[in-house]
Amino acid sequence: MTNNTDIQISSSEKAGNDLPLLNLNIVLAGVGGQGTLVAGKLLGFAAMKLGLDVKVSEVHGMSQRGGSVITYVRIGSKVYSPIIEAGTADYCLAFEELEGLRWSGLLKKGGTMIINSQKIRPLPVLMGKAEYPADIRETLEFAAADNARIVEIDALALALSAGSAKAVNMVMLGALSYISEIPLAIWEEAVMEVFSQKEKLIPLNLQAFHFGRDVMR
Amino acid sequence: MKEILLGNEAIARGAFEVGVKVVSSYPGTPSTEITESAAQYERIYCEWATNEKVGAEVAIGASIRGARALTCMKHVGVNVAADPLFTSSYIGVNGGLVFVAADDPGMHSSQNEQDSRHYARAAKVPMMEPSDSQECKDFLKKAYEISEQYDTPVMLRLHTRVSHSRSLVNLEEPQEIVIRPYVKDVSKYVMMPGMAIKRHIFVEDRMARLALDSSEKPGEIGLHKMLMKSASLGIVTAGASYQYVQEALPEASILKLGMIWPLPQALIREFASKVNRLIIIEELDPILETEIRAMGVPCEGKALLTLQGEYSANMIRTAFSNEPNATGAIPQDLLMASPGRPPVMCAGCPHKGLFMALSRLKVQVTGDIGCYTLGALPPTSAMDACVCMGASIGMAHGFDKATDGQDSLHTVSVMGDSTFLHSGITNLVNAVYNQSNITILILDNSITGMTGHQQNATTGLNIRLSPAPAVNLEALCRSIGVTSVSVVDPVDTYLCQQIIKEKLAEKHVSVIIARRPCALIPIGKGRKEDRTVVNKDNCKACGLCIKMMCPALTAGSDLKPVIDAATCNACGLCINVCRYGALTKGGRKE
Repeated sequence: MTNNTDIQISSSEKAGNDLPLLNLNIVLAGVGGQGTLVAGKLLGFAAMKLGLDVKVSEVHGMSQRGGSVITYVRIGSKVYSPIIEAGTADYCLAFEELEGLRWSGLLKKGGTMIINSQKIRPLPVLMGKAEYPADIRETLEFAAADNARIVEIDALALALSAGSAKAVNMVMLGALSYISEIPLAIWEEAVMEVFSQKEKLIPLNLQAFHFGRDVMR
Repeated sequence: MKEILLGNEAIARGAFEVGVKVVSSYPGTPSTEITESAAQYERIYCEWATNEKVGAEVAIGASIRGARALTCMKHVGVNVAADPLFTSSYIGVNGGLVFVAADDPGMHSSQNEQDSRHYARAAKVPMMEPSDSQECKDFLKKAYEISEQYDTPVMLRLHTRVSHSRSLVNLEEPQEIVIRPYVKDVSKYVMMPGMAIKRHIFVEDRMARLALDSSEKPGEIGLHKMLMKSASLGIVTAGASYQYVQEALPEASILKLGMIWPLPQALIREFASKVNRLIIIEELDPILETEIRAMGVPCEGKALLTLQGEYSANMIRTAFSNEPNATGAIPQDLLMASPGRPPVMCAGCPHKGLFMALSRLKVQVTGDIGCYTLGALPPTSAMDACVCMGASIGMAHGFDKATDGQDSLHTVSVMGDSTFLHSGITNLVNAVYNQSNITILILDNSITGMTGHQQNATTGLNIRLSPAPAVNLEALCRSIGVTSVSVVDPVDTYLCQQIIKEKLAEKHVSVIIARRPCALIPIGKGRKEDRTVVNKDNCKACGLCIKMMCPALTAGSDLKPVIDAATCNACGLCINVCRYGALTKGGRKE
């Protein structure tokens, strides 16, 4: 599941419990306002329900002003560094195409990137100082060759059909849930927990989650 | 019970559990969420202070009066609070007193990369450095014990990756809030030379005792951990760096320091004697390394790792181990460079119209700290200098005096409402008193924006959103002696331009308040029916609206604007900019 260093650490620290041997590095890459922070929080709840150690690392500050936003989620029997390093992510959820390209170096061999086909043009592109790269999915697929899986979904359309563009994050997590090792019941509990303060949003978000899950079948 | 908490939330939880009574802070990334979270515990008195110095002084007062008190700030905030910090070291405490300083290596959201540990050494106060959320809570609670036991304020040093990482925390039952009796004691609380000379002797003795106890009781006072593995490599580290070391060098022996000032010298010597090679791994400045070398213990550190930015497990692995870093699935050299995505002013941002006016006027702009610092970037590129909170007025006055008033004909200073209260007022007093000719723009967006929307003394609400008295900026400026105070809506970008032009020509201090609430707060939200719509028949595709770089407005294939209705905040700036009447209000209700 992960590199040698991780395994050595977890075997030395774990001693005597029967937690599932699950080490996951999940990257959430997007644009400020796309809901990556909430998605990271939800993954934290899921890990906790699995009885595992977890670190979710966020960078605040510029996040509301349309900047590039990256969240790292590390789940395992014992997690030290909160950062996911180059070539070590099991899953990369790219909430936007260009951000998928930007953070693709984090994906490990054998990893999967789920990429939302949405394009949000950054300032240099809007100003005509740079081009928005064409054919990002094809580029990534070509570069990854057999080393990683690139799956593109239209998370925005699915979120809108669930009732809100804001539910893109739940669609992305739903898609991840289909290929990850975490059981469905844990995911659903985590969705409910993350919206426990805004209960009326739960049905919409659960639906968006399932739309994402179903599209991966 | 376990909960997953941000490091900052864990600090707030610790404050709740340890019976903190008063929290007073000024927001600053990455420290802001501590005080926001503390405000959710009803029994803690919490407030947004006008600046970090005020926050520290409130906490000092609460401590002297017998309450446990907390003040939190970002690293550059410590510069502002340094004056009270240094003397509170002499005074010590009654109720426990903790200063939290959150550093930002890598400058995710800061103007410099200073290392707060210098302050602990300089002010002669103990400093603790946690490495995850659980330690944030544990160390904070220990900090209060140490504070009261050793009669000292304690600094707690955080770090972006500790403040803004979520990890598991064991929740414990809160202690009672205890207000210790206050006894008047001039020799302790009034720092005049005669008293301070004696207190300085106490301070030096206190730090010596702490250094000794930190070594002799490494688990109880120092919160140090010595993890002996291979004797070939020993690492002394603390905080976030510890996590990277554990990840990168699983075979190395580690001395993880909890209290990083004063140093547990005996413990460090003991550890050094057990390993063949001693390396100090610390982000930013070589503080531990310099001190350990000064003890006569040979060690390495910054010769191997940089003074700049954040560390990572990969960086440490590369420097010390033969184990290669992982190679990823997607070779990066095959990928084209991705265009950057710098932060931009939001759709409906009130600063945009003002900065467009400044850009058209081609004036010199002394800037300040806030969202509006983005005005320095394209498309407006309207800023010449930005230093620290409140500096814009002083700098403009400096331009004025350096050129015998000439530059005031084409120089403005720009600062936000919260920044003006933080440290602009004293600057304004200075400019008026010293007969400046400057033009000052106060961008009043009714909130402290950049740090994530905290209330301040102009907004009429307190930290818990209860009504509070609001400072009247116009009256305040007039009372200081500013005779020319005008108020303008920054969406009226051409009116802004005209007023600024008029005021620049006047030979006295002028204040222009550009007032419109931030588009991201409830009172700043536009009405759906006021959203912009495009009348393509009128549009000449001149591109003026596109050049605004509003996130809601992009060019279609015919180079005419396309409005993203979900993003448009109905501010109307593009409507004001259009010369052909091609943009009008009229978005439909959804």
